[in-house]
Amino acid sequence: MKIPCPLCGARDSREFSYLGHAGLLDRPAPDAGDAAWDDYLHNRDNPAGVTEDLWSHDYGCAAWVVVTRNTATHGILSSRLAKDGAA
Amino acid sequence: MRVAGFGHAVDTAQPVSFTFDGKRFSGGQGDTLASALLANDVRLVGRSFKYHRARGIVTTGSEEPNALVTLTRGAAVTPNTRATMQPIYQDMAANSQNAWPSRAFDLLAANDLLSPFLGAGFYYKTFMWPQSFWEKVYEPLIRRAAGLGALDPTYDGTRFEKAYAHCDVLVIGAGPAGLMAAWTLGQAGLDVILADEHDTLGGRLLLESETINHTPGHIWAAEMAEKLHAMDTVRIMANTTVTGAYDQGDFGALQRNDAHLANPDATLPTETFWRIATRGAVLCAGAGERHIAFPDNDRPGVMLAGAVRGYLNKYGVAAGARVAVFANNDNAHQTALDLAAAGQAVTVLDSRSDAVAQGDYNLLAGAQVVGTSGRQGLRKITFTQNGQTRSMACDCLGISGGWNPMVHLTCHMNGRPTWDENLASFVPTPGSVPGMVVAGSAAGVMATGAVLADAVQVASDLARDLGASVQTPILPSTEDRPTGIKPLWEVRGHGRAWLDFQNDVTTKDVRLAAQENFRSVEHMKRYTTQGMAPDQGKLSNVLALSVLADATGRGIPETGTTTFRPPYAPVSIAALGAGGHGKGFAPERFTTSHAASVAANAPMIEAGFWYRPSYFPQPGERTWRDSCDREVAMVRGAVGVCDVSTLGKIDIQGPDAGAFLDLVYTGRFSTLKVGKVKYGLMLREDGFVLDDGTTARLGPQHFVMTTTTAAAGQVMRHLEFVHQCLRPDLDVSFASVTEHWAQFAVAGPKARNLLHLVVDGSVTDDIFPFMGCGAVSIGGVNARLFRISFSGEHAYELAVPARFGASLFDHLLRAAETLGGGPYGMEALNVLRIEKGFITHAEIDGRVTADDLGLARMVSGAKDCIGKTAAGRPGLVEDGRQQLVGLRPVGTVKKILAGAHLFNPGDDVHRTTDQGHITSACYSPSVGSSLALGFLKNGRARVGETVVMVEHLNGITATLEVCDPVFFDPDGGRMRG
Amino acid sequence: MVKLTPTDPCADLLPVEHGHAVLRAVAPTDMWLVAPYNGKAKAAAKAAQKLVGQGWPDPGQGALSDGRGLLFFGHAHALLVGVAPSKDLMKSAAVTDQSDAWAVVDLSGDAARDVLARVTPLDVRPAAFGPGQCARCDIAHMQGAIVCLAPQQFRLMVFRSMAKTLVHDVTVAMESVAALGKTA
Repeated sequence: MKIPCPLCGARDSREFSYLGHAGLLDRPAPDAGDAAWDDYLHNRDNPAGVTEDLWSHDYGCAAWVVVTRNTATHGILSSRLAKDGAA
Repeated sequence: MRVAGFGHAVDTAQPVSFTFDGKRFSGGQGDTLASALLANDVRLVGRSFKYHRARGIVTTGSEEPNALVTLTRGAAVTPNTRATMQPIYQDMAANSQNAWPSRAFDLLAANDLLSPFLGAGFYYKTFMWPQSFWEKVYEPLIRRAAGLGALDPTYDGTRFEKAYAHCDVLVIGAGPAGLMAAWTLGQAGLDVILADEHDTLGGRLLLESETINHTPGHIWAAEMAEKLHAMDTVRIMANTTVTGAYDQGDFGALQRNDAHLANPDATLPTETFWRIATRGAVLCAGAGERHIAFPDNDRPGVMLAGAVRGYLNKYGVAAGARVAVFANNDNAHQTALDLAAAGQAVTVLDSRSDAVAQGDYNLLAGAQVVGTSGRQGLRKITFTQNGQTRSMACDCLGISGGWNPMVHLTCHMNGRPTWDENLASFVPTPGSVPGMVVAGSAAGVMATGAVLADAVQVASDLARDLGASVQTPILPSTEDRPTGIKPLWEVRGHGRAWLDFQNDVTTKDVRLAAQENFRSVEHMKRYTTQGMAPDQGKLSNVLALSVLADATGRGIPETGTTTFRPPYAPVSIAALGAGGHGKGFAPERFTTSHAASVAANAPMIEAGFWYRPSYFPQPGERTWRDSCDREVAMVRGAVGVCDVSTLGKIDIQGPDAGAFLDLVYTGRFSTLKVGKVKYGLMLREDGFVLDDGTTARLGPQHFVMTTTTAAAGQVMRHLEFVHQCLRPDLDVSFASVTEHWAQFAVAGPKARNLLHLVVDGSVTDDIFPFMGCGAVSIGGVNARLFRISFSGEHAYELAVPARFGASLFDHLLRAAETLGGGPYGMEALNVLRIEKGFITHAEIDGRVTADDLGLARMVSGAKDCIGKTAAGRPGLVEDGRQQLVGLRPVGTVKKILAGAHLFNPGDDVHRTTDQGHITSACYSPSVGSSLALGFLKNGRARVGETVVMVEHLNGITATLEVCDPVFFDPDGGRMRG
Repeated sequence: MVKLTPTDPCADLLPVEHGHAVLRAVAPTDMWLVAPYNGKAKAAAKAAQKLVGQGWPDPGQGALSDGRGLLFFGHAHALLVGVAPSKDLMKSAAVTDQSDAWAVVDLSGDAARDVLARVTPLDVRPAAFGPGQCARCDIAHMQGAIVCLAPQQFRLMVFRSMAKTLVHDVTVAMESVAALGKTA
């Protein structure tokens, strides 16, 4: 399986580690309240279809990458650098 | 027997001698074990799995269900080698399997007599009760009888390897379609890998008599192979079976490197497991012939019709002296034509009443074989024609029920094939594997001319899709042979009709499954074990589901197929695990002091991938405890030296470095003065502690952070996450300097004296107060000195560029000796820190908060940090959480053990009464007692109370007193002084 | 005054030669991670140009000439090789000494790419990875870097502590490729 790193190009998935849904990019403010923090920390959709994940290119350029993929087909649709912000 | 003038692959002038079951035979260069055995008229090659029926060679390829043998070469014993795929070499030793005492007289063949009781579901129904019989009687009984071949459990030194390959297009199979596709794609300038599981390219062309461009097919194939070899864009991988199709264009493939060698080089990997990454793929796997289920269709001598002529054409071997063919299609008649050309008289029994002879041979149209006889090999067949039953003497029967496109790889990503009524076969469903297209017989195109045209078309379309420009080649001329077929799956009669030869499944088993309501094809498969043997039902699956379709009154498309999963052909575990043996298992990380520690006889222990000294034994010390106690006393009394290079060290620079550290640490670092060090606690966003360590400020925009050895990688990834994902605006960057600096702890009341023997200039409290840091020089080499302590003593950590690490360690030890000091290992380091109540990942186990550790005061109230909000969740601050405490024995205790749980005295020992557990324990020579750290419910409020430790593994209980976790020098005067 | 003597992580283990591939130790030299501060990329590139005669490397690029150069070394970093950073460069970029952090070896020979195919999942076909290209990648399950110095010459780097594993795993691959060459 290959993951397209926006900097290094398509690389073997073993070079990456997985963190979770890209919603982790949107850290709530400290005073956002319990519900917002609960969602941020614990609640995830489980779509049969397109989703966005965060992967770290540990064995490569160490960039955090947002990967858009389809959970139903395993197809990888696109990727971008997390530091570039939302799509 | 050999047939003169036939057999282009075998050079009989070069005889090769080999043994089978200890008996010596001779074959020719180019023979497989199967062809050589048939040339020697050996027909019985093994016994079947369940009933121990006599079995013979059925095929010419990797789909072979019967001819599995065990090869012994030097120390290497390889079971389940397919005789049809194994070239012979001088003095090769092969043995049949599943037969005792011999393949001709096999005692377990008695199972065959019991067959009325051993049908599908026998095990499920029989080995049910009494329950106590299961472990003692049934399981050993089944295990002894089960299994194909036997593994040699010892490591024989054989090498395997893994490798990666990359290409634009992977062409799978080098028959006529594969050769043509590879040529078309290569001409288009695409990087092509052409993989074929045989040693010679050509596929079915090597087995057939048909011509291409008016030359024999095998010669055309050789010419094509030569052309492809000459192309820079094409890489040919022979002896390579593509075993699986995976996501994003990755394929697995197994290459056999030394199957043909009598004495392979010790460094030659016997197999290479390839991961092939490609943009596109063309499946040219061809088609596989299927047999027909009729009574006693499993005798040695009963083969596939295509194999009978294949052995003649490729190997010059007649599979029998009197051959008959039983078929439902035109293609099988070619076997009669080819044998007739070799001067053999053949009778074709064609189930179609309108079948027409294509040449000079005896045709019985509308005939069906209803039985066979011959105990160790076929002697006679019984057949019906026009309502009459007759017999015919023959020693070889070629059967053909038609051809199945080899759709397997198209199903590896959950695709399902489509039923084609005209072909009476399943064909691939387009788009089943993204990026993979199918050409030739694998796509259901059967005539050679059409196969070549299809391959060019499919390859050209793919090339264009990949952005290449295509030159359309001129198609070679072919003979077009008839391909008519009328389905015939089963001939019913007296006796068992075999479907899966490898797992001994009969039509009766499938009907029984249907009768017992295992009507889904997946249920039938599991109930009967149909298709679950190493051949994965390549020969029998379509046949079996046609029987199931008949038994359930459904059509074949409605019945459907079972899923084909990787691997296409068996892959040895050794190939999948290649590289993981011995030193290849995992990287080894060595500190610069490793050689000196080993030379000092220190036992090295693994810490992650690192190796660290456990203790440094001195003459007269009998156990590790003797050494550890001495080393602890040495540090407390004089000075000790310990390599701490394995701790993570991260260089953090930038105008916003301080602000960034404020975000990742609970404490404030932006206000830390240059030249100072501060202890930091790092939380996960969910509020639990991630790691701890010290961070030193080397300059206004320059910090160096230390992490624990265990969490170094995790912390680095966390810092990058917080920066890139949460605060990319902060101007800060990180660089791991763990490996650039060799760092040594120098600890003890004489630590400063030791430094003065090594460091240029002097080290004073003014320049290096407790928690101070700065640059020093050692013999002119720039070094860093940190006054920090993990032992509770006056201590430093001294860092030099790693090239000087070994030399510095040597100097430090020599200087230490003059002060009554020396090196200390992990055991002493652990005791020293437990005595001081310092935590490690034994305590930071992912479930503890800063408050649990008694470190709530370290969480700054004046700023946000990662994990701060979540750490305030009710569950993390509620009363009753387990808190870090010290524990010491009350009276004499046998031992305190980490992992033991704590209970209130008098309580039942039960999870509901559990009060906590012990995380670290040791004997403390400084205190003169066993000590422990642990977590106890409301622990800090319970100092002075007693609890009971219960350790079930060793059956130890002890009464302990709860105390402060700092056992030694509680006011910290020693490390500050 | 004590005199510290340097040791090399690979020197005692190399060279190794099997078939058409040789693995050699590379003499230690200056290696510095360079990360331009925000908004200082151009200034950093200019300072680097003065030092090594080449501009800031694009992702996947990096060349050495006379042992000097600037290699793409991560999302935030380039690796300055063969020379210490200038004052100019330090004004516009954070620099971190890495001279002792890596085990550095050169793999060369006609079989070099076949050897690499056994230790890294990186695409090392000549068209995909030629001179002037550089990759941070997995080498035998270690975080590493590979620089293509010439069509048949590659520089391999892993962290210094793993020098033995690097030499071991590459040597095994070299033996395999050599043995496979003899059967062909």
